[in-house]
Amino acid sequence: MNANNYLVLAAILFTIGAFGVLVRRNAIIVFMSVEMMLNAANLAFVAAARITGTLDGQVTAFFVMVVAAAEVVVGLAIILTIFRTRKSASIDEASLLKY
Amino acid sequence: MIAALIGLPLFGATVLLLGGRRTNSWGHYLAVLMSGSAFLVGVNQFMKMVSLADEERSLTQHLFTWIAVGRLEVPFALHLDQLSIVFVLLITGVGTLIHIYSIGYMEHDENRRKFFAYLNLFVAAMLLLVLANNYLLLYVGWEGVGLASYLLISFWQQKPSAAAAGKKAFIVNRVGDVGLSIAVMLMFVTFGTVTFEGVAQSAANANQTTVTWIGLALLLAACGKSAQFPLQSWLLDAMEGPTPVSALIHAATMVTAGVYLIARAHAIFDLSETARTAVVIIGAITLLLGAYIGTAKDDIKKGLAGSTMSQIGYMILAAGLGPVGYVFAIFHLLTHGMFKAGLFLGAGSVMHGMHDDVNMRHYGALRSFMKITYVTFGLGFLAIIGIPPFAGFWSKDEIIHAAFGQSILIGLATLLGAGVTAFYMTRMMTMTFFGEARWEDDVHPHESTNTMTIPMIVLSFGSVLGGLLLLYVGDIEHWLEPVVGFAYPAHSVSNTVLIPITLSVVLLGAGYAWFKYGRRPVPVTAPTNVSFLTKAARADAYGDAFNEAVFMRPGQHLTRLLTFFDAKGVDGVVNGLAATVGGLSARVRSTQSGYTRSYALFIFGGAALIAFVLLLVRL
Amino acid sequence: MNGESVVFWVTATFSVMGAVGMVVSRKAVHSALWVAFTMINIAILYFSLEAAFLGTVQIVVYTGAVMMLFLFVLMIVGVDSADSLLETIKGQRLVASLFGISFGAMLIAGITSSGAINARGLTVANNFRGSNIKGLAELIFGRYLLAFEVTSALLITAALGAMVLAHRERVHPRKTQAQLQRERTLSGHPTPLPAPGVMATNNAVNVPGLLPDGSPSQASLPKPFQSNGDDETTTKEVTK
Repeated sequence: MNANNYLVLAAILFTIGAFGVLVRRNAIIVFMSVEMMLNAANLAFVAAARITGTLDGQVTAFFVMVVAAAEVVVGLAIILTIFRTRKSASIDEASLLKY
Repeated sequence: MIAALIGLPLFGATVLLLGGRRTNSWGHYLAVLMSGSAFLVGVNQFMKMVSLADEERSLTQHLFTWIAVGRLEVPFALHLDQLSIVFVLLITGVGTLIHIYSIGYMEHDENRRKFFAYLNLFVAAMLLLVLANNYLLLYVGWEGVGLASYLLISFWQQKPSAAAAGKKAFIVNRVGDVGLSIAVMLMFVTFGTVTFEGVAQSAANANQTTVTWIGLALLLAACGKSAQFPLQSWLLDAMEGPTPVSALIHAATMVTAGVYLIARAHAIFDLSETARTAVVIIGAITLLLGAYIGTAKDDIKKGLAGSTMSQIGYMILAAGLGPVGYVFAIFHLLTHGMFKAGLFLGAGSVMHGMHDDVNMRHYGALRSFMKITYVTFGLGFLAIIGIPPFAGFWSKDEIIHAAFGQSILIGLATLLGAGVTAFYMTRMMTMTFFGEARWEDDVHPHESTNTMTIPMIVLSFGSVLGGLLLLYVGDIEHWLEPVVGFAYPAHSVSNTVLIPITLSVVLLGAGYAWFKYGRRPVPVTAPTNVSFLTKAARADAYGDAFNEAVFMRPGQHLTRLLTFFDAKGVDGVVNGLAATVGGLSARVRSTQSGYTRSYALFIFGGAALIAFVLLLVRL
Repeated sequence: MNGESVVFWVTATFSVMGAVGMVVSRKAVHSALWVAFTMINIAILYFSLEAAFLGTVQIVVYTGAVMMLFLFVLMIVGVDSADSLLETIKGQRLVASLFGISFGAMLIAGITSSGAINARGLTVANNFRGSNIKGLAELIFGRYLLAFEVTSALLITAALGAMVLAHRERVHPRKTQAQLQRERTLSGHPTPLPAPGVMATNNAVNVPGLLPDGSPSQASLPKPFQSNGDDETTTKEVTK
């Protein structure tokens, strides 16, 4: 099978994730979209590892997962803090930092 | 011992300036003491020098190496020879008399201590100027003289005119100083040394054009300090200073520096016919211009100032004649130093008795009220117009004689100058001391105190005997010959013919002035319906007007233009840039909406753009 | 069509479906479920890409830990809250679609422009150390040791950061039992509060209990679900 297909799938997932970041207002869903983009990137790494016949791509994906886990913890804590003060999880609410 | 000559007055100036009010009560005595002891040191040196043979009379005292950079090595060394010593004696001798005179003259001035400090500084700077053994050190003294003259001319700085006069003297002198600095630089580049000795030795091998340029630059310097045409304008304004300062500037220091410089740099001028001719022309112009200005002045001090210009013109002219003239330039400088100091001190004495009124039209018939002043002033008068056997006759006659040796035209100019001198001096004499009294009722003319009259009396001895003593007892020609060289004028009009001619021209001038001002009553206010020539002379021959029109106005216009350019051009660009950025920012600002998603959209757009570019490059 | 192709096309379809579902779901919980679905499909893809270890980690870390964390937070924020899908920023959706489509198209064009690629496969690499896990371990604790150690620092920092962010300073001292007793007695309602609705046809905890007169009691609800009476949904659900 053409190995490109994996990469194309990764591209599609990445684009959908990015679109989700742009159009959804719920901070948690935005965050999920970011996770989706990370997963798409991971998929591309793993597919590339297989294409090149080395394991480095897989190691990179592994590190991405670790970093993503750390990022989720901090990100969700931030969302919680915002929710506590604003009683809302909408990221449009936190728009005071402007001109 | 040579360093002590400079050190003593410098010490006095330092103590008085740093000592402050504590020295108020005794400061002026210290200054007189310092100046007087410098004179005594000078006399001592002179005596020693007299007892030595001609070739041993030149002394050098190396104090320390001042500058040593690469090829340039300038020692801080003093040089005392036959030329320096006569200047030293003149400066310290006349200077001390003026110091003594100032005790009386400045008695009621609250800044008397400062005045004496500046006088000492002036003397010290002038001594450094004449004792330096190289041009750079001379330049230090030169600048010191400029500074001291600035401080003294604008001594009554509460008067705007005095402050302006001080500034004017300083600025005009600066023009001349540029000439000296250029000359020093040229010397270093051409000869690799700036000592008098070194320059004199290597000048003969140097390029003729370069030597001429050095000579012209030195002439510019001399013009600045000695108030020669075209840099003469500061001298008349310098009368704003206290009268002793005028006497000091005009007789002993400052204006003589230019003559000294040319005589000292004779090695340069001997080699360049062009530079010498320029010196003679400048001297001739100034001698006639100064005398001409002097004829119309009602201000006694300004009249004397015009006279100084004229007499210095004689000296510069003589110095430009080469070996036939250097000696007589110095000779005239010495006699002039004595009688002009006497005249100025006399004028100060008159002013002192007349409530500081300087207008001669308010004087008249003062001879019976100020007998000592009358006599001393009169002797100075006889000396300056050149009546034998008074001092001026001997020196001026020698210059005229040498000038005729050079060319008939120059000779006639000096002869004419002598006639005009007789005219304006007789005018001054009659307007002040003869005729009927023209002063106001509340003025009570009186003779000055002893501290003022004694210096005048001493100087009047110089006016009477100075010429004879120097010429026949001192044998000045041979005294100075080892330093500046001497030659008899080759083919001049014989003295037996020339002296009667000169005397008759002088008597003609004096007689005309007597006829015009002594026989007829002098109007108290200056007549206004006078000829153009008189008006021009009253306006200093339009020297100031010329400077103003040619230098000041265009300078102001240039400044205005630059300001305009700065305000509209430079500031316009800067402000325009700021306004553009500001306006653009105000519009771009709306993209900063605060919405995270909006920012994310920009990032995503950027990513899409990069993807597009990458694709474009690859395909 | 070999087995790999079958697996790919099925899981690819499912994962794209899950991704789209995540974006279009109104409720956050539904989005989370769609994401979990996509993650599992991606894990399957990892297995078929000869990355068994990563596939396992994907399931354990993502679907197991990360997504559960998401659901946990959703509980706090409000499971039930539904987003309005109306766009508030002018032109955002249009431009986002434009950029998205062009970006995706350009990526795909870039990937496919080089033509078909035959993967080398990981058989050699995996067998070099004996197995996939041993090969990864060799790399992680060998060539990438520094990155691994730095990652540990990152994890510790993240944990500390989360604690700091979630921590709330106690402003008042803890109330004692005596204080609580006094407050309760003085509140005019010393008896226990009425229980919320008990009929399990609904999310019972947000349905107010009925008072003897038949009217719903707001006091029976936990604080996050209480309303001042003007909340339509609550009232509606009660009347139902």
